[in-house]
Amino acid sequence: MAAIDINNVHKVYAGGVTAVSDVQLQIADGEFIVLVGPSGCGKSTLLRMVAGLETISEGEVKIGSRVVNETEPADRDIAMVFQNYALYPHMTVYNNLAYGLKNRGTPKAEIEARVAEAARMLEITQFLDRRPKQLSGGQRQRVAMGRAIVRKPAAFLFDEPLSNLDAKLRVSMRGEIKRLQRRLGTTSIYVTHDQLEAMTLADRLVVLNGGRVEQIGAPLEVYHAPASTFVASFIGSPAMNLMQGELHGDRLAIGPAILGLNGFAPISGPVTVGIRAEDLRLARVEEEAMPFRLDYVEELGSQRLVHGSVGDQTLTAAVPAETELVSEMRLAINPRRLHFFAPETGKRIASAAPAAAASVSVAQPVA
Amino acid sequence: MHRTNLSDHLVLIFGSLFLFLPVIVAFMTSTHTAADIHSNGIAITPGGHFFETYEKVLTQKGGFTGEITGARMVMNSLILGVGFAAGKIVLSMMAAYAIVYFRFPMATLAFWVIFTTLLLPLEVRIMPSYQVMSSLGLLNSYTGLIVPLLASATGTFYFRQFFKSVPEELLEAARMDGAGPFKFFFDILVPLSRTMIAAIFIIMFVYGWNQYLWPMLMTTDEKFFTLMRGIKSILQVWIGSQIPDYNEAFALAVLAMVPPLLIVVIFQRWFIKGLTESDK
Repeated sequence: MAAIDINNVHKVYAGGVTAVSDVQLQIADGEFIVLVGPSGCGKSTLLRMVAGLETISEGEVKIGSRVVNETEPADRDIAMVFQNYALYPHMTVYNNLAYGLKNRGTPKAEIEARVAEAARMLEITQFLDRRPKQLSGGQRQRVAMGRAIVRKPAAFLFDEPLSNLDAKLRVSMRGEIKRLQRRLGTTSIYVTHDQLEAMTLADRLVVLNGGRVEQIGAPLEVYHAPASTFVASFIGSPAMNLMQGELHGDRLAIGPAILGLNGFAPISGPVTVGIRAEDLRLARVEEEAMPFRLDYVEELGSQRLVHGSVGDQTLTAAVPAETELVSEMRLAINPRRLHFFAPETGKRIASAAPAAAASVSVAQPVA
Repeated sequence: MHRTNLSDHLVLIFGSLFLFLPVIVAFMTSTHTAADIHSNGIAITPGGHFFETYEKVLTQKGGFTGEITGARMVMNSLILGVGFAAGKIVLSMMAAYAIVYFRFPMATLAFWVIFTTLLLPLEVRIMPSYQVMSSLGLLNSYTGLIVPLLASATGTFYFRQFFKSVPEELLEAARMDGAGPFKFFFDILVPLSRTMIAAIFIIMFVYGWNQYLWPMLMTTDEKFFTLMRGIKSILQVWIGSQIPDYNEAFALAVLAMVPPLLIVVIFQRWFIKGLTESDK
């Protein structure tokens, strides 16, 4: 068990491509960190630099109190779970688990004890004599995790471990990883491009884009107060609506709609407005609202996603399943739930009522 | 599913006969006496002299010096075949391992230099090779017979392609598990290459077994004669009114066929597995 410090780490490939630039991240002992971002954002590269599979161009990585920049992967006291499991196909499950321990000269009795314990924890005891080929995807995934667990490392590194599984298995394995990590209390770094996986697993999320950190924070913090339009559109499903608007005093104009803000306007002038689909609701007659032209509907069972437009800008709203649908609707939103971003930089503009965003982690009942 | 019908069977029967008949004829003819063969031609029925002929071929000392028996020739051929196959596999696996897994200057160039030697068959470089072996005093020795032919561009190429198909993550997982270059090679790569090794062993064994020109140049001492040369020397006695020992030539030919056949039969399960197994 150990804390991991990533200090001003850069990765520049031969040829001058910068994959990761200036990442600063302090991971506490026992914390579950998820690196999330679209493909090519540098999340895997960052993980592999911690693992020692990529050299660090600049900056330093500390595991515990030790700088490991020049340390071989095997000597970093970490274990990694790979996307395609990377099990040794010619070895039995038992030998797959034991191989790393054997190479470290662990006494035979202890190897047996540790493998047995890990196998019991992952419920793969009955497969110990089989070869990886004779196992299903989920079982292979467990073996891959077992191989990490038996080593009792200071940190687990997960490189998109669930992306080869089918949707249902992914959900159950997700829960299992979370439980296992809680139980072992091992510091973990987990890479994924799936924002749902990131939200559900993380103690803290690190959203990466183009090799830079966009935001670091607890899942709900990131969800309710995204630091930029990128984070806003990446975290959450459906993605946050981003619309061009203009603030005049206390009033917000979005296309043909003009909404009163009750003192929540942070600045005036052009602004990018972020609206979560679930924050929108059908307006009462007397309310100020946006005229919404319905385009198409996605039924999710528990709710409906209605896609359409306000003026010439597209908008998606999540409404209760029993909502009556008409081609022209009026949608209202609590001004506290609006997010404002600077139109040029995409950075979040702190709300005039700063506590607003963070305090609404529990949805208020709406009409 | 395709239903087998008569024409399928006919084609298969014809194919089997086409391949088997010459072998059967050679075997049956070898059991007749030389005079019988000379007057009646080749035979497809047993001649009743099986034990005599084969015993004579295997144990009677022959050749010009009278020091070489058939058994000795079989052993020489085996040494050559196995030495070839094993040596080539070891060398080409090591060469491919270096080329694929280690970054050193001009690795690609090194590979292509090895690869272009495929364009130079043994016959082209046989004189210089002979010269070198002769200067080293290795004529008439197993070392001289085997070592100069061990470097194998074909083997190196096959193993390079195979190693490249081994997923990168396996190497990374092994590094995490604390396996150094030696451990990775012996614990992971060699076991994974088993089927590939079997396939190359078959090809190289047959290649070594069938060598004719090189042993003929390298060895003048009859102790080192291989089966291939033995067959030839039996038919060289066509002098005067003597009837060539057809039966012995056929017997040697049959003997020459058996080991490669055994190798193929033994290894073919692996061989086919190596060619069809996609899950690595």
